[in-house]
Amino acid sequence: MAEHKDFRFDTLSLHAGQQPDPATGARAVPIYQTTSYVFEGVDQAAELFNLERPGHIYSRISNPTVAVLEERLAALEGGVGAVATASGQAALCLAVATLMGSGGHIVSARSIYGGSHNVFNYTFPRFGIATTFVDVRDPNAFRAAIRPETRLVFAEVLGNPGLEVLDIPVVTEVAHAHRLPLMVDATFATPYLCRPFDWGADIVMHSATKFLGGHGVAIAGILVDGGRFDWAAARGANGTPLFPTLTEPYPGYHGLVFADEYGPAAFISRARAEGLRDFGACLSPANAFYILQGIETLPVRMARHVANAEAVAAFLATHSAVSWVNHPSLSSHPDHALAKKILPKGAGAIMSFGIKGGREAGRRFIERLKVFSHLANVGDAKSLVIHPASTTHQQMDGQALKAAGVGEDLVRLSIGLEDPSDLIEDLGRALKASQKA
Amino acid sequence: MEFSVAGSRVFAATGGKPFEGGKRTLVFLHGAGMDHTVWSFQARRFAHRNRAALAPDFPGHGRSGGEALRSIADMAAWVAAFVDALKIEETVLVGHSMGSLVALEAAGILGARARGLALIGTAARMAVHPDLLAAARNGEARAADMILGWSFGERGTVGGNIAPGVWMQGAGRRLLERALGGALGSDLAACDAYTGSDKAAARVRCPTVVVWGAADRMTPPAEGQRLASAIAGAKTVAVPKCGHMAMIEEPAAVSAAIAEIA
Repeated sequence: MAEHKDFRFDTLSLHAGQQPDPATGARAVPIYQTTSYVFEGVDQAAELFNLERPGHIYSRISNPTVAVLEERLAALEGGVGAVATASGQAALCLAVATLMGSGGHIVSARSIYGGSHNVFNYTFPRFGIATTFVDVRDPNAFRAAIRPETRLVFAEVLGNPGLEVLDIPVVTEVAHAHRLPLMVDATFATPYLCRPFDWGADIVMHSATKFLGGHGVAIAGILVDGGRFDWAAARGANGTPLFPTLTEPYPGYHGLVFADEYGPAAFISRARAEGLRDFGACLSPANAFYILQGIETLPVRMARHVANAEAVAAFLATHSAVSWVNHPSLSSHPDHALAKKILPKGAGAIMSFGIKGGREAGRRFIERLKVFSHLANVGDAKSLVIHPASTTHQQMDGQALKAAGVGEDLVRLSIGLEDPSDLIEDLGRALKASQKA
Repeated sequence: MEFSVAGSRVFAATGGKPFEGGKRTLVFLHGAGMDHTVWSFQARRFAHRNRAALAPDFPGHGRSGGEALRSIADMAAWVAAFVDALKIEETVLVGHSMGSLVALEAAGILGARARGLALIGTAARMAVHPDLLAAARNGEARAADMILGWSFGERGTVGGNIAPGVWMQGAGRRLLERALGGALGSDLAACDAYTGSDKAAARVRCPTVVVWGAADRMTPPAEGQRLASAIAGAKTVAVPKCGHMAMIEEPAAVSAAIAEIA
């Protein structure tokens, strides 16, 4: 019997989720810039609203252009389905709101994006959801922080800004031993470098604004359901269901029980049916189109991002104005061996380093850069630089900064697609200038 | 909802409405290694159209207890016991792939209580390649690869699912993974061993529709046509550009076909 192989990653990047437009034959994904869709008749309308047939009703809940992006990411990640959102932050909030309500608790890695830290530490508590932050390199810390009311374990595949590599199988084992899902933010890795479901994770989120889009022109997020977590089997010590949003009748949809109705796609179905309907943080079709344009070239871009990053990291590691360099491609990185296992194609294009001379040297360095752009983003085709202590992580106090591994000398680079010689020359000139008082 | 059949726990989806006796009831029977979730759209469609819907997980599948049954005849007897246990007087049997063979056999057992029969993605013979049988029994992931590669039309292979954001290959893989090394192997063996379709087809007396995807490579259209020709008065419906998983690839077309005999 001929064995089937799924289309490979590069092919899926270009084709998954799309048929040539049935109305026009358009090869490119059309931008369906519409809020709503004419019903074929009264019966068809009733069937759509009652989930008796699939289709589009209103673009807050689904849209044909956005659906191509969702299906493509689900295919690239090896999941069952996806929901695209207005931003990565919206994807994170949608996941949490789908899994828990007031009284819920999250165990999160400490070294995460500053925006995620903010929502966990300051915003969710206002809605009765608490978070315990732990050292991402300590599985026992995850285990120890889990409480009866914990509903989610969260971490980033590559930590921000420390580039800690998440040992996904180990943390998955901890979460699953307590019948909890592991959700990972895979923004820095993209599915090209790491497919977290292959290592056991249950939910993946991305800020698609970054490498997936790649061009720095659109804000977007995406939530992907791995489809393996058994929500119905997750019960507490007294037998109560841990995830009633998925396993108990939902009055907001005529008593629908998502785990019964959709099985492996229960989580992502509720995220759409309730989360997009009620919270409304949907992605616009135009932005979905921009992100799709980026994904078409994701494999070739990521390979170049990684190659450039490794060249830059090697350069910085030997520079006299640099006190340390943090990139998992370097043997000095604590997770170097783990990175080779989890991220065999490379550990991404984000890195940080310490500049000798502290804050003032950092200021001179950034001001002298000509190719690198000083801004608060990563994952652009263009190379970027930022000083986290004064920007992305500025809401953290000194203790939280230290705990998150952000020192005042830390400079973060996002390596783009320019000629690596130009990047190295630009960094060399700026580093030299930074050391002149 | 959960029911008890011969002392075993049976889970059956009811299309979003609690099961009520006294109505004509559509019993949806899933294929090898699958479960009730493949019938979500159709079960909801009929449960909200003055019919009752039951999409049970066969024993050893999905959320039902017990061991997987080892022959199509045993599965058909189990369906009849299920119908008896729930005191259903008027049954419309809807089966997909392996489930279609079970429905065909069960129609004979139920006799006049079978008021309609819908066979989707079906064939008179469902011989299974020895490589696939062995891989499924051994719980090898390549069994899922083989099945998925043959199961879908264009929408399921490349994408463009009518259901927004759902990757059919991924969803199918997760269902099959749950049955690897267990029910999937015995289901495929049951299909492979079954040779009773001609006799069973000759016994059918109820309105019947045979539905196939025009691009079905698992049970090619000619096979569905051959089985339909053996059933008196059977209607046929070909769903364009559709593969073997017609009820999730083209849910509305399949619901419309079932409605012709339901």
